[in-house]
Amino acid sequence: MSILLNKNSKILVQGITGRSGLFHTQQCREYGANIVAGVTPGKGGIHIEGIPVFNTVAEALRYTKANVSMIFVPPPAAADAILEAVDAGIELAICITEGIPIRDMVPVKAILQGSKTRLVGPNCPGVITPGECKVGIMPGHIHKKGKIGVVSRSGTLTYEAVKQLTDVGLGQSTCVGIGGDPIIGMNFIDVLTLFNQDPDTEGVFMIGEIGGGAEEAAAEWIRKNMKKPVAAFIAGVTAPPGKRMGHAGAIITGGKGKAADKIRTLQECGVIVSTSPTRMGEAMLDAMASYCQSITNAAVKVAVKKVLK
Amino acid sequence: MNIHEYQAKEILNSYGIPIPRGMVAMTSDQVERAAKMMGGRCVVKAQIYAGGRGKAGGVKLVHYPEQAQEYGKELFSRPLVTSQTGPEGLRVRRILVEEAVEIAREFYLSITLDRETSLYVLIASAEGGMDIEEVANKSPEKIHKLLIDPLTGLRPYQARKISLELGLTGTVCEDCVELLMNLYRVCQEKDCSLVEINPLVVTRAGWLMAMDAKIAFDDNAVYRHREYPDMMDYSQLDPLEITAGKYDLAYIKLTGSIGCLVNGAGLAMATLDVLKECGGEPANFLDVGGGATREKVAEAFRIILQDRDVKGVFVNIFGGIMRCDVIAHGIIEAAGAFNCTLPIVVRMDGSKVEEGKKLLRESGLNVQVGDDLGDAATRIVKMLG
Repeated sequence: MSILLNKNSKILVQGITGRSGLFHTQQCREYGANIVAGVTPGKGGIHIEGIPVFNTVAEALRYTKANVSMIFVPPPAAADAILEAVDAGIELAICITEGIPIRDMVPVKAILQGSKTRLVGPNCPGVITPGECKVGIMPGHIHKKGKIGVVSRSGTLTYEAVKQLTDVGLGQSTCVGIGGDPIIGMNFIDVLTLFNQDPDTEGVFMIGEIGGGAEEAAAEWIRKNMKKPVAAFIAGVTAPPGKRMGHAGAIITGGKGKAADKIRTLQECGVIVSTSPTRMGEAMLDAMASYCQSITNAAVKVAVKKVLK
Repeated sequence: MNIHEYQAKEILNSYGIPIPRGMVAMTSDQVERAAKMMGGRCVVKAQIYAGGRGKAGGVKLVHYPEQAQEYGKELFSRPLVTSQTGPEGLRVRRILVEEAVEIAREFYLSITLDRETSLYVLIASAEGGMDIEEVANKSPEKIHKLLIDPLTGLRPYQARKISLELGLTGTVCEDCVELLMNLYRVCQEKDCSLVEINPLVVTRAGWLMAMDAKIAFDDNAVYRHREYPDMMDYSQLDPLEITAGKYDLAYIKLTGSIGCLVNGAGLAMATLDVLKECGGEPANFLDVGGGATREKVAEAFRIILQDRDVKGVFVNIFGGIMRCDVIAHGIIEAAGAFNCTLPIVVRMDGSKVEEGKKLLRESGLNVQVGDDLGDAATRIVKMLG
């Protein structure tokens, strides 16, 4: 099953004729993603790498029945590209673009709330369901098909976590990079909800960082609703306050958004938090093992044991 | 991106928000001249990219032009250390000299992004002139918040509700409605991540006036305001931060001795965390971007080597789609150009990792290659003893 993406996903790429848009389109296709269309205003009618290019998303959908859009449009036009995808009624929009102004994203977020479109990102590595489909810029080869869901605000730190999971023998059901901006589409809770319902996911690894209160909100949600074990890592324990640590959203302001507070809240809600970025894989193993001990339902126990091998 | 108080006030004033009469001075003689024009009695305010100036002695009411000059000289002579600057403080290059205003009441006003709801929020309080975080912690009931619907914008009736909650009545209340509407326009049209007036005052004569103001621009939106780069006061920034900004690298100077070069913000933060865990002290945070390129790695290396506090370099690149051999070439090129003899530990992952490691080992540099993040961090800490 997996979440958001599978081998049947049909993908269109907004901004396909740009340099990185085209490069990553090729990479995703090599991984097995079914790229059915591209959109670049003014270039409709051409084919690029055998992929038909349209002027608008609506037109692309009319001819190709794509259900996922990968957005590589540069910042000045990116918010508009998201709105166009929403207006065309796409199920899932994944926006990779970094650097979209806040003022552009505030109305996008408001409009998303009344629509049927899910947005992942912006400023994110994308989504991958190992062995089936990749929509984003992450290196495919570090992933392994399996039962752990991964959700993260970061890019390369997610690769690090995924590699560690793969190294300890834990494959992934789906990995979702929700993005490092202050305003993003799907948040931790939205993705956790899907993992909770997904029969192919047996546990979740969550990667947070300083800034905002999304991790705390997720912790509270986990305590109340999560039926599966969760392990986590929070980056920025040693980050100085008031400095923006690379990501637009990674900043401690007015004593809020500290890593230590996030870690404490997560632990209080039953999440196993890796204290070091070198032990993320082990933390997930610990979470699975202690969950395995706590459950009495034989069928679930067998399933979890299978994941742990 | 931050700007000075006087620049923030100029923007507010261009939107019809009243500010005190004032002049900017670059020398203590100019401070004296400005004080004369204000009639002698005036407020002298150091302009730096940090708050907490009042308590740190950066703002003073003076009574004569000579006193203003003397105080100006003092401010220009040494860095100003406040609760927000860090121990080294910030140099004062500009001083704002303003008329002294008779104040009847003080308020707090700001518009910023509320991350929980992804909406702009208007925050107001009758406890003006104080640290708003402190007010929020001690007496949250004194803070009035209004979330602004982006599709309608701030409406006058909402601004009126806030003005009434502040205890304003009559014409001052209506003046405040107009001021709030204008403040929202500033926030939108100037792409602010924060616009704050603290305090907003009602003068003895019954006028509203912005006595202190702070504006921060959304870095992602600077490209659509051509005038912003010219408004920057580079004396307030670390020179290496300025260079890094030119190459689109995120660089923050820290206090330790290990220079760090990492791709991706999350991984860079985690790298600092792991170094500290191993007993090392990072000299900086440097993110070359998730898709590290050879040029960016080389440029970042040059920036790190210019920092004299750096005694060793730690490179952590999760190559992803970028090939490790290409990254290795970038490191060798930059280290070679600088005749770098400092110990370097490189941890790389991604495609062509073996080729990359081989290149580094054969480069003749004082370099070690770590197997994973933990191993590499331990090595650099050990090499620095």
